[in-house]
Amino acid sequence: MSLLDVRDLSVVFQRRGERPFTAVDKVSFTVEPGQTVGLVGESGCGKSVTSLAIMGLLPKRGNKVTGEVLFDGTDLLKLRRDDMRDRRGRDIGMIFQDPLSSLNPVIPIGVQVAEVLERHQGRDRRQALREARELLDAVGIPDPDRRLKEYPHQISGGMRQRALIAIALACKPRLLIADEPTTALDVTIQAQILTLLKQLVDDTGTALIMITHDLGVVAGLCDTVNVLYGGKVVERARRHELFAHARHPYTHGLLSSVPRLDSLRGERLHAIRGSVADNIPWTEGCAFAPRCDNVVDACLEGAPTLEPTATGGDLRCNNPVSEEVAVP
Amino acid sequence: MTEPTTQAGTPAPRRKDERPGRAGGASLNRLGDRKKARLEELAQASAGKGGVSLFRDALRRLRRNPAAIVGATIIALFVLVAIFAPLIAPHDPVQRFDELTSRLAADHIPGATDGFPLGSDELGRDLLSRLIYGSRQTLFVGVLATLIGLAIGVLLGAIAGAFGGWVDNILMRVTDVMLALPALLLAITLVALASKSSQWTVILAVAIVSVPVFARLLRGSMLAQRESDHVLAARALGVKEHNIVLRHMLPNAMTAVIVQATLTLSVAIIEAASLSFLGLGDPNRDRAEWGAMLGDAGVRYFEVRPELAYYPALAIIVVALGFTLLGEAMREAIDPKNRR
Repeated sequence: MSLLDVRDLSVVFQRRGERPFTAVDKVSFTVEPGQTVGLVGESGCGKSVTSLAIMGLLPKRGNKVTGEVLFDGTDLLKLRRDDMRDRRGRDIGMIFQDPLSSLNPVIPIGVQVAEVLERHQGRDRRQALREARELLDAVGIPDPDRRLKEYPHQISGGMRQRALIAIALACKPRLLIADEPTTALDVTIQAQILTLLKQLVDDTGTALIMITHDLGVVAGLCDTVNVLYGGKVVERARRHELFAHARHPYTHGLLSSVPRLDSLRGERLHAIRGSVADNIPWTEGCAFAPRCDNVVDACLEGAPTLEPTATGGDLRCNNPVSEEVAVP
Repeated sequence: MTEPTTQAGTPAPRRKDERPGRAGGASLNRLGDRKKARLEELAQASAGKGGVSLFRDALRRLRRNPAAIVGATIIALFVLVAIFAPLIAPHDPVQRFDELTSRLAADHIPGATDGFPLGSDELGRDLLSRLIYGSRQTLFVGVLATLIGLAIGVLLGAIAGAFGGWVDNILMRVTDVMLALPALLLAITLVALASKSSQWTVILAVAIVSVPVFARLLRGSMLAQRESDHVLAARALGVKEHNIVLRHMLPNAMTAVIVQATLTLSVAIIEAASLSFLGLGDPNRDRAEWGAMLGDAGVRYFEVRPELAYYPALAIIVVALGFTLLGEAMREAIDPKNRR
């Protein structure tokens, strides 16, 4: 059985007097124990909303979540609020994008790590602090005794993200959701954090959902990749398959827009036309059609369905790309 | 001992990070050692100090601000005078002295004489002693009114901010009503409602006037906190709702309220003095109170001896200024925009 089985997850935002907006549209994917799964797409494609819906962290009002999120066989969407709260942080950990604003500015780092242990493992403060010290050590924070007593604004961005990882992994969750964990960090720190995540995930056997817009992150970390566009999964493939034979024109476009060291002088960087906002009023046909280079008549009439491919992935496209992309 | 046999012949056991065969390897290593030693030194120097809290950080900034120093000095002096009034005051503030009363006339109130540096008040009591004792009353009323207002305001603001929805709506409409009335007018109304005025009616009235300001302020920052990333992160960790409110939202929302409290102190002092000035304060005329001194004697005998008005007025102004200066400086120091 899969650790996490998301089935037809939809999130519709409804405001009085406004047209409902479907942010996530029947997204399905699975995460096996110990596996790293990527959710990739540009801003506004529904990545973060998907993760918040899985965690049950969307605001109570103004949205409708349907579908199933089976974690170890239990549907998280049907759990009582208290039960879900018990699972958050214990069974599923989460890391957010901005490490500074994700830490409470008036509480020392150590207490913030200890808080989770007290909450879920029933430790007392002293014991929790001792474990917090070990955790900080494990995520590579130097001089953990001192950092325990420091406040978030006093440590560097990379260290803050390490502290957040320590907090998220404190209770040894079976699933970790990382929502753009490296976006707010500079490139050298990004690499360190990704290496750390990979190592921790390998060591502890935690499954990881990596939410990112950075294909470089995907290339280095993910076993399986789900490419999202307009709230739908448009392509799913194993990592190597995706980078070697991207079939969906969107994935293809994303891959060709990565700057390359060996590109010719004066060659223009490839870009996908338009922006994701263009698809909002699009109700019939493929959401990507207005921006697609491979668009055929069928794309404008009916929305393509997600079909299994010969290579074991899934694809939602009427006219997939067949040629190979040179992968950076 | 598991000394590797290959190293048996070397004069000194090589460290792993030392790169043999490379020129400058030894000096590089020495540099590394020095760096390490320096790091140890630094770690030792800062060990035990732990983190610099936000509070200490703000204090450091305060100490460099002249306005804060002036304000703090005024407040410190004021508090010291209030505490040690019996030791400082040359006389009993209630006692009427024969040498003063004998010289009182309809058109004359004696000025400075031997033993009475500021002279007499309208009843032949020592003006200086009354001024000194008046600081006690001002401090007592100002601090207590602010604390009561703060407590009620924080309670209401926290409830409104934490629950939101209709609770928030009702509480905020009530504060709207209170804010719609001018503060002093509201205070006068509240005092007038009481059957018998005493210093407690003054304290309560001034406190209630300050409640809506605190409640609004806290509610606003609580709502901002509710949307903040770290509260979402705390939710993602399964932290219980009451802990989120008490440990994650409230402490972060309190800074603005604490600063406001310092500023409210000066307003409370002025309002309490105003009520006494208008004769709505403590009916006990023996109790020295700056506002009452200003209202009773200051106005009535202004043409006879204006000092009776000047001194208490000056005292009120200086003390209120002290709290305002410190409050503004605190606002600047705590404001995250000025951080670093």
